[in-house]
Order: sequence, then C-alpha cells, then structure tokens
Amino acid sequence: MKVAVTVNGRSYSHEVEPRLLLVHYLRDVLGLTGTHIGCETSLCGACTVLLDGQAVKSCTVLAVQADGADITTIEGLARDGKLHPVQEGFWEEHGLQCGYCTPGMIMAGVALLQTNPAPGETEIRRALAGNLCRCTGYQHIVNAIQSAAKKMKPAPAKSRPVGSPGPAARRRTKG
Amino acid sequence: MAASTKWVGKPMKRKEDPRLIQGLAHYVDDMVLPGMFYAAFVRSPYAHAHIRSVNTSAAQAAPGVVAVYTGEHVRGQIGNIPCAGDLPELRVPPHAPLALDKVRYSGEPVAVVVADDRYRARDAADLVEVDYEPLPAVTDPQKALQKNSPLLHEQFGTNRACYWKIEAGFPAKAFKKAHRVVKQRLLNQRLIPVAMEPRGVLAHYDAGEGSLTVWSSTQIPHLLRTQLAAMLGLAEMKVRVITPEVGGGFGSKLNVYGEEALVAWLARAVGRPVKWMETRRENFLNTIHGRDQVNDVEVAVARDGTITALRCRILADLGAYYQLLTPVIPTLTGLLILGAYKIPAVEVEYVGVFTNKMATDAYRGAGRPEATYIIERMVDLVARELKKDPAEIRLKNFPQPKDFPYAVPTGIVYDSGDYAAALKKAMAMAGYKRLRAEQKKLWKQGRYLGVGLSSYVEICGLGPSSAAPPAIGWWESATVRIEPTGSVTVLTGSSPHGQGQETSFAQMVADELGMSPDAVVVIHGDTRAVPYGIGTFGSRATAVGGTAVHMCLEKLKQKLARMAAHLFNVAPEQIVYKDGEFSVKGKGRESKKLTEVAGAIFTAKSLPAGLEPGLEATSFFEPQNFTFPFGTHLCVVEVSPQTGDIQLKRYIAVDDCGKVINPLLVDGQVHGGIAQSLGQALLEEAVYDENGQLVTGELMDYAIPRAGDVPRFETARTVTPSPVNPMGVKGVGEAGTIGATPAIVNAVIDALRPLGVRDIPMPLKRERLWALFQKKARR
Repeated sequence: MKVAVTVNGRSYSHEVEPRLLLVHYLRDVLGLTGTHIGCETSLCGACTVLLDGQAVKSCTVLAVQADGADITTIEGLARDGKLHPVQEGFWEEHGLQCGYCTPGMIMAGVALLQTNPAPGETEIRRALAGNLCRCTGYQHIVNAIQSAAKKMKPAPAKSRPVGSPGPAARRRTKG
Repeated sequence: MAASTKWVGKPMKRKEDPRLIQGLAHYVDDMVLPGMFYAAFVRSPYAHAHIRSVNTSAAQAAPGVVAVYTGEHVRGQIGNIPCAGDLPELRVPPHAPLALDKVRYSGEPVAVVVADDRYRARDAADLVEVDYEPLPAVTDPQKALQKNSPLLHEQFGTNRACYWKIEAGFPAKAFKKAHRVVKQRLLNQRLIPVAMEPRGVLAHYDAGEGSLTVWSSTQIPHLLRTQLAAMLGLAEMKVRVITPEVGGGFGSKLNVYGEEALVAWLARAVGRPVKWMETRRENFLNTIHGRDQVNDVEVAVARDGTITALRCRILADLGAYYQLLTPVIPTLTGLLILGAYKIPAVEVEYVGVFTNKMATDAYRGAGRPEATYIIERMVDLVARELKKDPAEIRLKNFPQPKDFPYAVPTGIVYDSGDYAAALKKAMAMAGYKRLRAEQKKLWKQGRYLGVGLSSYVEICGLGPSSAAPPAIGWWESATVRIEPTGSVTVLTGSSPHGQGQETSFAQMVADELGMSPDAVVVIHGDTRAVPYGIGTFGSRATAVGGTAVHMCLEKLKQKLARMAAHLFNVAPEQIVYKDGEFSVKGKGRESKKLTEVAGAIFTAKSLPAGLEPGLEATSFFEPQNFTFPFGTHLCVVEVSPQTGDIQLKRYIAVDDCGKVINPLLVDGQVHGGIAQSLGQALLEEAVYDENGQLVTGELMDYAIPRAGDVPRFETARTVTPSPVNPMGVKGVGEAGTIGATPAIVNAVIDALRPLGVRDIPMPLKRERLWALFQKKARR
C-alpha cells in the first residue's frame, strides 16, 4: 500500500506492507532512528512521536494509518542548530541517563506544553504516565519540563509551531 | 603536583547529552549493515518438557527465510553459556545456547530463524513445529528441595544447586546469652530489571580476515569478547566487540547470553551480517532476573539494645540454569548482612536451588539490597521488641569513626565511615522528633503516619581481584593520550551506559591538565580501540576505572615536568605545575603552558636523555579493597485505612559516596536507585504460576514505577573520603537500590504499628494493606 507523509517538514512517499508499524517505517525506511522501540505494546512510550500535533506511540500505529499526516520526531525538534527548549531542559537539568526513553519523553513533554504551557508538578507526572524511565527516578525529567515551560512562557505557546526556538534561544540569537 | 579544582565537584552538564536529546545516538538496533539479515527465536511455551522433535520444514519454506537452526544443528559448534562463579559446593549444569532434549523454563530458546526481514523472520519462527512432552514443573524453591520434586538436572539427583556458609564470633554462645532473640522470615521477591533498551546483537563475519565483529548491548565488552572467542573457537584477537550506546543495564547486561554467541555464529554460517533485537516479552522471559531469596533471620540482643549476633538462612531460587554470576550473588548478601553495625557474631547459611524459571543474577545492588533489607528490617523489629526508638538502636550499634578500617566478622573490611553523622543529618532534615510527636497525635485520630529509617552500607568499587570469581580480575584499565593539538583522548575499560563517565572523566582530566573538558574525548566500549577492561558494574566505574585514569594523568604530568625542566634547564624537582602551566620554583613569572611542553615532546627536537617521544600513558588499577559508601534514608508515609493507599509524604536521602566528581550525576544515580527500590518495596514482583508460566510477563502486568508513583526526593550528602584510592571516591551507582527499600517498608510497617503488624511481604500492594485494616475492623 502507498503511504505519503510529511516528517519533520519533508515529504515522503513509499509502497509499504499494510502491517508495517509506523515506528519501523520511521526507523527502517526513513532511517530516522532517534525514535526508539522499548516494548511494542504501547506501554513504555519510547516510540512517542507527534502525529498531526498529537503525541502517539508509533509502535502501535500502522504506517498506512499515518497516510497524509504531518509527523514530528525527535530529529525534527532542533531547528537551525538551536535546541528546542524541552531538549535544553533535559540537558540542563540532567533529565536523562542512558538516553533510551529520552526521545519519547521529550516528545511527550513537548505535547504537554502545547496544551498546558505552565503545568504543575503533579500535572507533569500525570502527563508522563505513558512514558517509562528506568534510570532517572523522574525528578530531573520533571525539572526539565518545568524549566522548558519557564523559557517558553512569554510566547503564546499554542500558536507557536512545534520546534520553533523558544524565547531563550531567540534572546540568544539577538544578543 | 597541584591540580586545579575548577571542574571536579561541579554540576557540569553532560557531554553525552547533545546526541542523546536529538535522536543522533546509535544503539544496536540503529546500526545497519549492507545485506543484513534478521534472526528470530522460537522459545519454549513450557517450563519443563522433553523435546521429542523439531520440524523446521514449513519455516524453511516460508518467504524470505535463509536458514533455520535447532539445538541439534549447533550441538558441539558453540560452547556452553559460561558461569564464572565458584563455590565449595556447586553443581554446574550444562547450559546450551539452544535447548537440547529438554527445556527447563518458559522462554528457553529452542530454534532460531534467519530471514531477510524482521517481520518475515518472526512469521517463520511461528511455523517451527516443536513436539513437546510436558513434564511437571517446580517453581517453589522449598518444594524443589523435597524428595518427590521433579528434577531439573537429573544427573545431580537433587535440585540443590549450591551451598555456602560463613560463621564467625561464636554465634551459638551469643544466642544462648541473649536478653531477647528476635526472629523473622523475610522475603526478597524476584524482580525483573527492565532496562528500557532490550538486549540486541548485530554480528558481522569477515570471511577474508576470519574475523568477527559483534555489536552488543552489554556492560562488559572485553569479557564478552573473551567468552565469545572461547564459545566459538576463534582466536580472541579475531573477535571485536563494540558496545554502541547502551540503553540501561542494571546488571542485566553484565552477562554473556546464548543469543550473543548464536547471532555471531549465524553471521558466519549464513555469510551475511545478522541482527537480533529482543522483544520486551523476550526480555521478561529470557534476560536475567534479580533477588528471589527467602531469608530466615534471627538476631540476639542484649538488654540495652546491643545486637550481639545474627543468624540467617538464605534460600535462593536461582532458576533453571546459571548465567555469568548466578550462584555467587547470594554470597554478597552474606558478606554484607551485618550492615552498618558492629555485630560480633554471625552465621549465614546459603542454599541455592534450581527451579523452572529464568536464572537470577546481578540486578542493581546484586545481593546487597537483600542484605540491607534483612538487617534494616531486623533492627526495626529489635527496636519494637525493646520498645525503643529505631534511631536509638541504630546509633547504639554503629561502629564509631575511630573504628575504621573496621574488620567485619563476615570477612570484609569497611574502609571509612561516619554512620551516625549521616543518620543525624537525615533526622535533622526530617524534624524527626516533631514527626514522632505528630505520629502519636494522628494515630489517636485514626490516621496512620509512619517514619522509616534505613542506615545502609554497601560494597562498591568492585574489586579487589582476589574477591572476584576465579576466571575474572576486578581491576580496571585506562589510557590517556595528549594529542599533538593539545586535545586529550581517554580510553577507558569501563563501559558506561548512562552513568556519564564521558563527562566525569573529562572533568578529572580538565582539572589535572588545566584545560577545558570540551578538549577531552572519552572513548569506551570498543575492544579494538581500548585496552582490555573489565566493564561497568558494582559501582566501579569511578572508583576503579576513574582511578586508572587518574594514574595515567600522574604519569603524563611527571613526563611533562621532566620535559619542562629540560626546557627551563633546571632539575625536575624544581618544576612547579599549576592550572596547566609549568614554572620554576620561586620564579613564578616565567611559565610554559602544558600545550607548549607537550608540543616539545611531540616534535622531539631536543629531548632530555632517556625521555621517549609521545604522550600516552596506560594504567591498570588493582584496588586493595572494596569501597564502602553508606548513608541513611528516611521515608515518611501515610497509609489510608479506607483504601490501603500509601502516600509518600517525604523521602530524604543522605548518602556518603566519598569525594564527588559531579554532584548532578550523583543525584541522578541516587534518584534512579531509589525509584528502583521503591519498585521493589511497593510495586514489582515477578510471578510464576505453579506450571512455570511467567504471569507478569509484560509491562502491563509488571509494574515498574511511573512518574506519578515516585515522590520528590530530598538529597543531601556527607563526605568521608575512601582511603582505597587516591581520589577518595567510593561510587554511587547502587546506593539508592541498596539503601531505599527497607526505608520505605519500615515506614509503612511503622505506620501500621497500632494494627500490631510485624511484617508484610513485598511488594506492599494497597490490597494487602487494605486487607490488614479490614481484618482489624472485623476483630
């Protein structure tokens, strides 16, 4: 079957088996290996990507279901060498250790801040319920998302396209 | 020579992170080789069965299938899966990478399919027909020791796998003289490590060179190389193991697995690169488990609360076969069983048992969380028996700072410590007295507040080599090179997989050589690039691997000082080194930068007599002792009598891991460790039914902590340098998992004191607690 998608702003079109999982399409066909597979059953969240702006677990979406969709993966967050504020947050707050859950965790964080630009700690922990991390104990991940929220706050978060540099990055560009 | 203190001790952001947060890092499954095939395994659905026959014809005829192999095909071609452990009484069963004649646990590999596509390999694996004759299974270690039990390995005539005992200080006499004897059976349930990246192997055989390259998600690249060479009959230097990014290990990848040898063998057999990625279901069934001990404990106590002896019988369910260290893990429980206390007499008896389950082995803490759980639960029970505060019993029994090095009756020597300082700090942070007063008030209102303490000590920085299994050394290697441009390459035998040594080692180098950590590159995990190393486990990377780096830096600085003396035309003793600059004693104004001196060695136009060109040093550090980090964790909970819900109100961790290189990374290690401990205390339990089916075989049934299950941790430290290594570091990778479990369980049981509850088996699920409240209400 044919699948045509936009991934990180680029258009792709391929003939694929109907059973091909979106995560395998991204990883094996497009070579975007930043999205990881941790369970294949929607439970760990390592494969989280944004599908038309919504966080989905790409291990339980068929590639053909994504036909016509606009997808953002971890590789599409940084723009022009500038990290997304959520990526910056993870780096600054030590929100990762082995890094395997990190792409999914960051995507889940980006999705959260799109709908809730100033989440409290409990809200962040609830929003990450579908993303497992075995290394960090989550505290630094929560800190990372809080730190990103602070940086993104002055901008009207909902209207800002995903992946565009946050206010901190913009300030740096000016200075 | 004085180094700067610009970087060590600072919370530097990690150098590894830019690639990890942008999806640019490479784990095994991200590696692609031209013409690569995929392997999929056929695994036994039975826990115990004879294999009557295996029919592979349908699988072989399936689209895309290249080859199908069974145990019979590879018999004699691949050596058995190694076990490095050794004990006076030890029965070692043969452990083939594909089952022969009989399967002994659910998930044991029986056949392997190679196909041109991962989906097709999986499809074909389902077409392999195995004719099993099911046998009765045994999953209870106590039943496995009974006479009528099914036998896993008939040749032994018993399921008793091993036996080990230590006795010191006349325990029988101490028990006879005791004011009170406190007894309790404690269970350390079976856990599943669940590294977020499952295991994976990619192998490529170069027929021209006769050499094998294996990418594996492992913690021990060199040990794996040695074992693969032996299992496959290849010269060791024809095997190269590369660990690309590794997505967590926690001991589960401190091993040599059948799949690693098989995939390597397949690459040679089919003449193409072969990749296998473990599914999460396979990871649950067929990657090592942890813990699984029944501990029958008794302690002898004097009237004043002094503990005079401890006796423990450890019944360890080892599973069906041994992996690398399976039978020796419970001996670590024995060695550490006296915890942070000066207890003069001890008797530990350990019986290991075969059952129809996956093997247990080193899971974060490896035997030591079990020990801490045993001693810290017992100390609380002693306090209760004597109607004293648990903190008072702890303070009474700690060795004093002047007692160090403290020779423990179990045969180990604690290096340094001030256990009371850590406890007092945790109590001060918590407002301990106030908490106890509040607790009394709340109990009267029918509310259940509990305060739990755990004053732990752990065995870290593994080795010395004399303590390691016979075929393994527990030293570590490093090479440090100053390159002609002045940047520095560190090659380490440690194999970090999340711990952050690319950063912490760079901080060490930066201070010693007076440069930016940005100019330092740390390379690890490629057996062709780095000198033979032991790997990352047992909280050893900084204490042992870091010390090897430190030794290299000392050698390089000495060489540079000789060159500087030559350039200044003075004796080497007159050279002063500070912050990357050499000068002559008393003539501070004239100085030469390290890069300048290094350049003079490289260009070698005028070298002092006997000085070789080149700036590279290699060191192998053999520690004379373990290191013994310690601390006190304090947990405050409130239990709801209506629902059994446990609210973690505060979690305070005061840890002492000696000198700290990067406090940000230390906090990260502590947090993660506590979360895993919390998993054992409250959520996790690997359950096999009586037929040997793993009923918690997926993340849906096996509850690892989620973000909302974990409280905000309050961390603090005391700093007691270790005398075991020149940097005074101890290690912190396992502190959280070793220290935290009993703090949480003690808190919950303390909360339920009005109910008269002495013990609740872990995990403390809310239905278990709810049932206790219901029982009380009915009375």
